[in-house]
Amino acid sequence: MDCQSHICVNNLNVFFGKEHILKNISLKIPDKKITAIIGPSGCGKTTLLKSFNRLIDSYDGVKVTGEILVDDENILHPNIEVTHIRKKMGLLLQNPYPLPMSIYDNVAYGPRIHGIKNKKKLDEIVEHYLKQTNLWIEVKDRLNAPASRLSVGQQQRLCLARGLAVEPEIILGDEPTSALDPISSKVIEEKFQELSDNYTIIIVTHILRQAKRLANYVIFLYLGELIEQGTAEEIFENPKEEMTKAYIQGKIS
Amino acid sequence: MKFRFLKDKFFKHLMFMCIVFSISIVFLMLFGLFIRSLPILQQKSFSDIFLSGTWHPLRGEFGFAPFIVGTLWVTVVAMVIAIPLCLLTAIYLSEYAHRRVTVFLKPFIDLLAGIPSVVYGIWGVLAVIPLIRDYIAPLFGVRSTGYGILAGGIVLGIMVFPIIIQICVEVFQSVPKELREASLALGATKWQTIKHSVLRKALPGILAAIVLGFSRAFGETMAVLMVVGNVPKIPKSIFDCAYPLPALIANNYGEMLSVPLYDSALMLASLILLLLVLIFNILARLILIRVERSTQ
Amino acid sequence: MDRRKIEEKIFLFLMRISAILIVLSLILILFTIIAKGLPSLNLAMITQTPKGGYYLGKEGGILNAIMGSLFLAGGATILSMLISLPVVIYLNIYAKKNSKLSEFIRFSFDVLWGIPSIVYGAFGFTIMLFFNLRASLLAGIIVVALLILPIMSRTIDEVMRMVPAGLIETSYALGATKLETAFKVVIKQTLPGIITAILIALGRGIGDAASVLFTAGFSDYIPNSLLKPAATLPLAIFFQLLTPIPEVQERAYASAFILTAIILIISIVSRIITNRFSKNLIK
Repeated sequence: MDCQSHICVNNLNVFFGKEHILKNISLKIPDKKITAIIGPSGCGKTTLLKSFNRLIDSYDGVKVTGEILVDDENILHPNIEVTHIRKKMGLLLQNPYPLPMSIYDNVAYGPRIHGIKNKKKLDEIVEHYLKQTNLWIEVKDRLNAPASRLSVGQQQRLCLARGLAVEPEIILGDEPTSALDPISSKVIEEKFQELSDNYTIIIVTHILRQAKRLANYVIFLYLGELIEQGTAEEIFENPKEEMTKAYIQGKIS
Repeated sequence: MKFRFLKDKFFKHLMFMCIVFSISIVFLMLFGLFIRSLPILQQKSFSDIFLSGTWHPLRGEFGFAPFIVGTLWVTVVAMVIAIPLCLLTAIYLSEYAHRRVTVFLKPFIDLLAGIPSVVYGIWGVLAVIPLIRDYIAPLFGVRSTGYGILAGGIVLGIMVFPIIIQICVEVFQSVPKELREASLALGATKWQTIKHSVLRKALPGILAAIVLGFSRAFGETMAVLMVVGNVPKIPKSIFDCAYPLPALIANNYGEMLSVPLYDSALMLASLILLLLVLIFNILARLILIRVERSTQ
Repeated sequence: MDRRKIEEKIFLFLMRISAILIVLSLILILFTIIAKGLPSLNLAMITQTPKGGYYLGKEGGILNAIMGSLFLAGGATILSMLISLPVVIYLNIYAKKNSKLSEFIRFSFDVLWGIPSIVYGAFGFTIMLFFNLRASLLAGIIVVALLILPIMSRTIDEVMRMVPAGLIETSYALGATKLETAFKVVIKQTLPGIITAILIALGRGIGDAASVLFTAGFSDYIPNSLLKPAATLPLAIFFQLLTPIPEVQERAYASAFILTAIILIISIVSRIITNRFSKNLIK
């Protein structure tokens, strides 16, 4: 199967021990668009997302079959270098997890890991990405303060800046606004829309309205199976499957 | 019917009394040992007791300096051995080791925590002392009987392995998985993630584990007594004999009532030991409580 | 391979080495005790009390110390249980969850746990002087009970904290008082854990030497009264090792083997109990 898009999944199966979490998933994620993965909780949304950068590797007793092509490279291949896959993808988790260090060091963490030592260059990177996430004005006078002192909303934007600073091509978000206040959520959503001009964005969400507001492309999962995928209009206005219709109308959750 | 509630009330108060009693032990100890050490504190000056290096109970000279210095030496040697080994092992157990390995190793370490100190002492006499006498000391060009600070340090270091490893593993497990994921997602290797994020987050907990290990080593008596040589002189090298405080107390309880002020001096030694260990423990426990809170 | 991979490899190597070193040193301890102790072990050691001249290499055994240690640790465990069970029930049933008070109580017990046994011994000695008591089995029992009190309390406490709140609430909902809930539900539910905690404390009681040095004394006879002095295994080992006579030193190794065997049996039994009985419990 040839693949034009960044991420292309063929027959993906994920097991945790005896549990079959993802069943035969095949899909394509369009470039430079926002893709939303929706579905009731426990349907495997987060597992799918964490398969993309192989974070599921660190869970006990996990077994993965099938293939995930990122830029035509099967990242599930055992010989692949995971760190360079992960570098291509920024990740935002449900709750912001600032690393236990200063605001500056949080943003500089990725670039430093990938070998940038030059102080001036790091300064530029930090400033650039803090500006891009509207955080610069709020924190420029206390870059050396611990990141844990920021508000939750600020922390999540810092995590976004930290993710962007390794220059990914893809941004993964695991319900990135669910722990935030409405105003911070709005800022993050607006950021995603701006960023979608240059990045491929994939978010997991259980808030249907958020998916409607943001997504260009929607993937609907139910109990580990891919029920339907399509553009946002198709899925929300004109779903083909009964199950999708029922979920969108709130009959199943 | 009423009786049930009366019983409930009665036992509630009884139980609370048990708690008050248990906690009061610390204060009773401080008070009891203080009263007993008052005579020597009143008759001797501070510098005679703590700075003087001469220990001649029969002549009424009670200089604690050799014992305090000896305790510190042995404990420090023990920690130098234990800290790197335990830290690396704890990281291995909580981050790298396969479940099959941890399932076997953890009960094994628990088992070791239960082995009595006399047994460690016997092992020291049988294995560590010949090792130092025949191999390690000649290597440094020193003649040694084997008994001394190094032997005490090695035995003590091994004795504190379980406690430091257990606490460190617990601390590493309390570091949220998401923190690791955040770092891994940026393309960090596992080791970079541990070095830059996990260890930093776990630092207070690691410190607490070290302090608790230190204070355990500090107060350990029998095993040390059997291998350090027990010479009341200020030691100059790790091959010298030492005479730690706990060994002093244990070795002389028999004759202490027959020499004036001797019992008071030994009780003062216990009081010093108690105070230092209390300070270490309170500090370490406060840190651990904060660590636990910050992860909830 | 890039530099950071090499660094990871080096550290992983160091970690494996450390783990192996630690495991090896511990295996070495057990091995030494078995290798040195087993050959000198004979039936007389565990069936006879010391005869005249035992410490000069004549006949006899250390039954006095084995029985003394079992009496002492057994008595101390029972006494300590009488205090720690109420403490733990209060903490988990009566006190408010995560209140300042319960946090302070747990903190205090943890601190008590850290006090060295020689200090407990010295403290016991001051008490004995105060009441004008002589070294005896009873004094030993009291001091060892205090020594293992924090260990037992905190171990049982950790088990009781795991009891699901729903289970306790169900009992309340049926009209049971807190005391009835404690004895009919919580203790039943945590019984394997309580037994494990008791065994751990018993092991500590048998193995500790520094606290009984002052308080229990030593005797060549099996104690027949609480007010008589009693020998203990760790001290028997210690005294036999101090003699210059090789045969007696050999007996010290054999005694160390006996002590280690008792401790290992206790901890293996407690492990089996935890594994076997925790299966029928409501999680």
